[in-house]
Amino acid sequence: MTDFSFWVILSNLLLATRWTIVLSLVAFASGGIVGLALLFARVSRIGWLERLTKAYVEFFQGTPLLMQLFLFFFGVALFGVQVSPWLAAWLALTFWTSAFLTEIWRGCVDAIPKGQWEAADTLAMSYIDQMWYVILPQAFRIAIPPTVGFSVQVVKGTALASIIGFVDLTKAGTMLNNATFRPFLVYSLVAAIYFALCFPLSWFAHRLERTYNVAR
Amino acid sequence: MIYKLQFAELLPYWDILLRGLAFTIVLTIVSTVAGIALGTAGASARTFGPTWLNRLMGAYVELIRNTPFIVQLFFIFFGLPASGLKLSETTAAVLAMTINLGAYSTEIIRAGIQAVPRGHLEAGASLAMTRLQVLRYVVLKQAFQKIYPALSSQIVIVMLGSAVVSQISAEDLTYAANFIQSRNFRAFEVYLVVAVLYLLLAVITRAVLRWAGRLVFPKA
Amino acid sequence: MSLVSIRDLRKSFGAVQVLKGVSIEITRGAVVAIIGKSGSGKSTLLRCINGLETFDNGSIFVDGIDVAASRKDLRDLRRNVGMVFQQFNLFPHLTTAQNVMLAPKVVNREADTRAKAIASEMLAKVGLSDKADNYPSQLSGGQQQRVAIARALAMRPNVLLCDEITSALDPELVNEVLRVVEALAKDGMTLILVTHEMRFARDVGTKLVFMHQGKVHEEGPPKQLFANPTTPELAQFVGSTMH
Repeated sequence: MTDFSFWVILSNLLLATRWTIVLSLVAFASGGIVGLALLFARVSRIGWLERLTKAYVEFFQGTPLLMQLFLFFFGVALFGVQVSPWLAAWLALTFWTSAFLTEIWRGCVDAIPKGQWEAADTLAMSYIDQMWYVILPQAFRIAIPPTVGFSVQVVKGTALASIIGFVDLTKAGTMLNNATFRPFLVYSLVAAIYFALCFPLSWFAHRLERTYNVAR
Repeated sequence: MIYKLQFAELLPYWDILLRGLAFTIVLTIVSTVAGIALGTAGASARTFGPTWLNRLMGAYVELIRNTPFIVQLFFIFFGLPASGLKLSETTAAVLAMTINLGAYSTEIIRAGIQAVPRGHLEAGASLAMTRLQVLRYVVLKQAFQKIYPALSSQIVIVMLGSAVVSQISAEDLTYAANFIQSRNFRAFEVYLVVAVLYLLLAVITRAVLRWAGRLVFPKA
Repeated sequence: MSLVSIRDLRKSFGAVQVLKGVSIEITRGAVVAIIGKSGSGKSTLLRCINGLETFDNGSIFVDGIDVAASRKDLRDLRRNVGMVFQQFNLFPHLTTAQNVMLAPKVVNREADTRAKAIASEMLAKVGLSDKADNYPSQLSGGQQQRVAIARALAMRPNVLLCDEITSALDPELVNEVLRVVEALAKDGMTLILVTHEMRFARDVGTKLVFMHQGKVHEEGPPKQLFANPTTPELAQFVGSTMH
C-alpha cells in the first residue's frame, strides 16, 4: 500500500516537472532576448537611455519576484486580456530574468578593454556594429559561466508561479500533499527533483568558471 | 477602456500594511543575525574542520542552493510536523530563512576566509595563538571585510525572498497585501504599493549595510 | 591649403589644463612628428583630431570638416582619419585578414570579395600577406602593429594618426614598423605621429612640433631644429633623448 502511494506521488510529480522545465526554458530564452536588447541600451552612452535601463533593472532586482508575479497576473487583467497563470508567469519571469541577465552581461562588456572600443570608433563603425562585431563576441566567452549559473535561479523562480495557479512541480506537490497528507515524503521528493534539475546546471557553471579562469 | 487606478482605497488599511512591514523587517533582522552566525560557523567548519564535516556542510550548502526557498519553507512547516516537530508560522519562517541564508553565507564567508593570506595564519600560530584565537582575531575580520559587499547583497536577496512566507500565513507585508486586496478588490494598486515598499526596504537596507560597513571596517 | 588646421586648441581634464592654446597647420603629404615630455599634451592633441577626446576651446578642421561641429557625424570624419594605437588594439577574436576587412565590409558596405581584396592589398603593403589567417595572439608585437596599420589603411584615410606606435615594442621590433611608416610617407600619406623615435623624426619627418607644458614650444624642419634648438627646453629634451 505504501509503495503504491509512493509511485503515484512520484509519477505525478514527474509529470508536472515537464511544465517546470518548459517554463524555465521559455522564460530563460525570452528573458535573454529582452536582456540583450536592454544591454544595447544600457551601454549606449546615451544618458536617458542608460538611466531608464538602470531604473528598470533596479525595479526588477529590488522587488520580490512574487510581487512581480502578482502585478502581472492582476495587471494584465486590467487591459481586458484574459490572463492565465501561464501567461502571467511567463511575462513576470521574462522581465525578471532580463533584468538580471542584462546586469550580468553588462559586467562582461565592462571587462572588455577600452582600447577595443577606441579602435572600432576610429574605424568609423556605428555603435551597433561595434557591439555586434567587436565587443559582444569577446564578452560572450566571459559571459557563459555566470549566465549558466543564473539559469539555476530561473528554475527555482518557476516554483513561485505555483502561487498564482500555474501547475508546476511545486503546485503538484501542494496538491498531492492535500490529497495524501504525506508532506514529509511529498516535499522531500519535490526537493529531490528540483535538486536533480539544478545541481547539474550549478556544477556545469562551476566547471565553466574554473575553465575560464585557467584559460585567462 | 481606461481602468482608473484607485490608490485611495488602500488608506483605511494603512495599519495592516504597517504591521506587515514591521513583521518583514523584524523577520529579516532576526534571520540575518542567525543566518550569518550559522554561516560563520559553517565556513569555519568547512575550512578548519575535519574532512567529514566539510563534506557534510558541503551537502547542506548544495541542497539549499539547488532547491527553491518555497519548497524549503513548505518542508519545514508542513513536513516536519509529520515527524513530530510542530512549529508556528513565524518560527517556521525564521527557521527557513536562517537555514537558507546560512547556506549562502557559508560559501560567501568561506571564500573570504580562503582569501586571507596563508602567512597571516602562520604568523598567528607562531605567536602561540590557539586555532580559535587565530580564527577570531586574525582571519574572520579580514574575511568579512573582503566579502562584505557580497554578503550585503545576499541579505537583500533573502529579505526580498521573505515575501514567500506569506504562503504559510506568516503575517508579513505580502500577507497584508493579500488580505487587503481580498477586501477591497484593488489587487493591482495594492501589489504596486507593496512592491514599492519592498523596493524602499531594499534601498534602505543596502544603505544601512553600507553605512554599518564603513563604521566597522576602516577604509583599507 | 592645410589638410589639418588646428587653431588655439584648449583642453582641461577637470582642474588640470592640458592644452593651453595649440595652433598648427598641416599640409597634405606632410609627415609631422610631435615630440615632448610625458604630460606635455601630445597624445591628447592627437586624440582631439579624430574626436576621441573632446576639447573646450579653439577649432580643428580636417579636410574642411569642423571636428567639433560634426560631433554627431564623427563617423564621417573617421572614414578620412585613421589611427594606430600604442597598444595595437587588434580584435583578438578575428584573424589578421578579418581584422583588416571588418571596417570596409561593415562601414563602407563593400562586398565580401572586394573587402577581401582590399585586405590582401593592405597586408601586402605591410609585408604580412603570409599571416592573413593567423590570430593576433600568434603574432609578435611588431607584426601586430603592422596589421593595425593595415587595418587603418584599409579605409583609405587622408590622414593617419600614430599614437606612440613603437613605444610598446621590444627594441628589435621597432624597425619593421618604422620601415612601413616610412614607405607610407614616401607614398605621399599625410602622417601625424606622436613619437619618441628621434632619429625617425629627424630623417623622415617634414615638420617637427615640440610640445612643452601644453603649448607648441618650437616648430619647424626636424633636421634644423635638432641641430640648432632655439629654446633651452628643446635643447635639454634633445640632449637627453638622442643617443
